[in-house]
Amino acid sequence: MAGCAWRSMLSQVVGGAMRRPALSSASFSRGMQTVTLIPGDGIGPEISSSVMKIFEAANAPISWEERNVTAIKGPGGKWMIPPDAKESMDKSKIGLKGPLKTPIAAGHPSMNLLLRKTFDLYANVRPCVSIEGYKTPYTDVDLVTIRENTEGEYSGIEHVIVEGVVQSIKLITEDASRRIAEYAFEYARNNQRSSVTAVHKANIMRMSDGLFLRKCREVAENFKDVRFTEMYLDTVCLNMVQDPTQFDVLVMPNLYGDILSDLCAGLIGGLGVTPSGNIGANGVAIFESVHGTAPDIAGLDMANPTALLLSAVMMLRHMGLHDHGNKIQTACFDTIRDKKVLTKDLGGNSKCSEFTAEICRRIQDLD
Amino acid sequence: MELSRELSPAPCARSDRFLIKMASHGAALSVSKMISPFWGGRLGNTMKVFGTTLTSHRNKSLHTPPPAKYGGRHTVTLIPGDGIGPELLNHVREVFRFSCVPVDFEVVHVNSDVQTEEDINNAITAIRRNGVALKGNIETKHTMPPSVKSRNNLLRTSLDLYANVMHCQSLPGVQTRHKNIDIMIIRENTEGEYSSLEHESVSGVVESLKIITRNNSLRIADYAFRLAREKGRRRVTAVHKANIMKLGDGLFLQCCREVASGYPDITFDSMIVDNTTMQLVSKPQQFDVMVMPNLYGNVVSNVCAGLVGGPGLVPGANYGRDYAVFETATRNTGKSIAGRNIANPTAMLLASCMMLDHLQLYDHASSIRNAVLTTMNETRLHTADIGGQGTTSEVVQSVMRVIQSKGQLTSEL
Repeated sequence: MAGCAWRSMLSQVVGGAMRRPALSSASFSRGMQTVTLIPGDGIGPEISSSVMKIFEAANAPISWEERNVTAIKGPGGKWMIPPDAKESMDKSKIGLKGPLKTPIAAGHPSMNLLLRKTFDLYANVRPCVSIEGYKTPYTDVDLVTIRENTEGEYSGIEHVIVEGVVQSIKLITEDASRRIAEYAFEYARNNQRSSVTAVHKANIMRMSDGLFLRKCREVAENFKDVRFTEMYLDTVCLNMVQDPTQFDVLVMPNLYGDILSDLCAGLIGGLGVTPSGNIGANGVAIFESVHGTAPDIAGLDMANPTALLLSAVMMLRHMGLHDHGNKIQTACFDTIRDKKVLTKDLGGNSKCSEFTAEICRRIQDLD
Repeated sequence: MELSRELSPAPCARSDRFLIKMASHGAALSVSKMISPFWGGRLGNTMKVFGTTLTSHRNKSLHTPPPAKYGGRHTVTLIPGDGIGPELLNHVREVFRFSCVPVDFEVVHVNSDVQTEEDINNAITAIRRNGVALKGNIETKHTMPPSVKSRNNLLRTSLDLYANVMHCQSLPGVQTRHKNIDIMIIRENTEGEYSSLEHESVSGVVESLKIITRNNSLRIADYAFRLAREKGRRRVTAVHKANIMKLGDGLFLQCCREVASGYPDITFDSMIVDNTTMQLVSKPQQFDVMVMPNLYGNVVSNVCAGLVGGPGLVPGANYGRDYAVFETATRNTGKSIAGRNIANPTAMLLASCMMLDHLQLYDHASSIRNAVLTTMNETRLHTADIGGQGTTSEVVQSVMRVIQSKGQLTSEL
C-alpha cells in the first residue's frame, strides 16, 4: 500500500511520535494490523461484535485481539490491569474499547483511570460532526475538542484543612501543557484544520491557566500555518450555543475539556453518536465509545453501535487507512440519513443486528 | 469624603410618600436602639419578643434595602468599568432621569491599567456607604503580573456578595433554537475555583487551590431554596462533579442535601456538570432552579445566556448579606463593540430594574421593565447581536417613548 508508506514518511518528517508508522514489524503480518479489542461491559460485547462484522464486510486489514480488563492487585498491592491486556496493547499500540462499568466502592479506582495511568493517555480527542439524518437544533457542527487528560483539576489531590473547609488542588505543569499544545497543532496540521483555539480562564486563575496559555503561545510560534486564538471559557460556552460553526480545534486543560467536550457531544446528538480517541505517549492510542454500559438493554440486541463504530473509523484514520475509514463512515451516515433501519435511540425500532446488517450491505454496494 | 452627586430636577411627588414610610421605619429602629441600653437585662424576654416585632418586617423578604438618604432619594454607586460599560450605564442614567426615578448615582471610576488597588478600594468603600451598586465589567489585563488580581473578583469577595442570581427566560421576540426556557441560576460567588490562591511550588509546576467550605455551601444552598420558595419554584438541581472531586464537591452536595431536607415541598436532585451542559443544549426545558459552585456557575450561566439569545439580554445580580451589586449576567467587557453604538442595552436596563426592585421602587421598576420588553417583543427593535439593525440609542429612545406613553403625567401626580 503505497499510500501507507508515504504517510509513514510524512509522519516521521513531522516528528510525531503521535502518528504511529504504518509499517511496524511487530504487528505487520500478512498486511494485517493487530488491534487490541476491549469489548467492555453491558452492551459492550454486542456493539464490539457489530463493529467486527462491519470491518469484515469492508475487508479492513485489521486482526482483532480480544482482551478483558478488570482490575487486579499486582505485586506490591497496587491495582493494575491484567498483564496479558497490557502486553497486547504494548505490542499492537492501538486499542478499541467499549464501555466499562465503573464500580462503586469496589476498593479500586475506575478502569478508565487505570488505563489512562498505565498508558499515559494524555490527550483526549473528540471530533464532533453533525450527523445528517439525526436532527438536532444545531446543524453544521464540525469541531474537535482536544483535552489534556492527565492533570489539571482532576489530579485527585484533596485535603480537609479544618473541619468544614476542603481544598482541591488543580495542577498545571509546563511539560503537560506543552505536550498537549504540540499534539493539538500537529492534529490540526495533519487533518487540514485551519485554526486552534486555546480555552482558558486566565483572568481568574492567573498563574495556572496563564502557564497553559504561555505554552500554547510558544508552540503556536512553530506552527505558523495554523491560526492560533485564545478565548475565555465563558465566552466559548456563550458562543458555542449560539453559533458552533465559528470553532475549529479547541485545546484546553482537563476540567474545561470535560465540560466542553460533553457540551459539543450534546450539540450533535449525545454520547450515543460521539466518537472519542485517547492518545498516549510512545505512540499508544485507544479509541473508545464514551457512553455508558446501559445495563438495562444489555443482551437485548437494542444497542446502537454508532459511537463505537465512529471511534473505530477514527482509529482507521489514525492508522492511515483512510479509504476503509471513509467507506465505513459513508455507509453508516447513509444508513442514518435514510431513516429506514434505525435503532431505538435514533428514533427507529430496528434491532442492533439489523442496523449492522444494513451498514454491511451498503459497504458491499459501495465496492 | 465628597459625594459627587448628580444634579437632577426637583424630586417627583411620589418620593414624599416614600419618605414618610422610611422615616417610620427608621424611627422604629431607633426606638429599639434606645430601649436596650436603658433597660438592659430587665426587660429580658419582653425585649426579645418586642425586638423581633420591631425588626421582623425588615427580615421578611430576602433582601434588606438600604435606607434612603437625603429626602427620599436613594444614592447608588455606579462603576462604569471598561468596554461597553460606560455607554450602557449612561443610557441607564438617561432613562432614569427621563422617568423621574428618585435615584442619584455616585460615580466611581476604576482604572484597569494601574496595578495599585486604590481605585477598587474606593469603589468598595462607596458601595459600603451606599449599600447598592450598578456596575459594568472591569477588564483584567493579561500583561500585568499574576499578583494583580481580577478587580471584579476583589469586589465580590470583599463585600461578601455570596450569591449570584441569574434568571434566564425565553423572550417571545427573540429567535432562538430552544423555546420556553425558564431557569434560575444561583451561583456561589466568593470561593471555589475563584479563590485566587496560586503558587508555583517547583519551576514549571503551578498549583491552584479550589476551596469549598461548609459555611458558604450551606449559605448558598439556603439562599437557593429560600428563593425557590419565594418565587414558587418546584425543583432545585445541584450541579457538581463529586464523582471526581469527592471531598470538595462532595461537601457541597452534602450541604445542599442537608438544606433540602428542610424544604420538603421542593424537589431536590443533582446532576454532574458535563451531563448538565449536554442536557442544556438538547432539552433545557427540564431545568427549574439550579445551584452550583463558582466555576460551574460560570459555565452554566453562559450556556443558558447563549440559549435565550445572548449576553445582551440577561441581567444578573450579586447579593450579599448587606450589599447588592447589579450588572449584566455574563459580565462581558465587550471591547470589540465599544463606542460603536451597537451594544444591546437590554441586559443593563433590566439589571437596573432589578436594582429598583431591590430598593423597593417597584412602580418605576415595572414601568421601565415593561418598556424594555415591549420594545423587544412588540416593537421588535433589535440590536445587531440578536439579528436586528437598530442602534443602542434607537432602542433606548424607543424604551423612553413607551415609558412616556404608558406612564403617569407629572401634572397628574
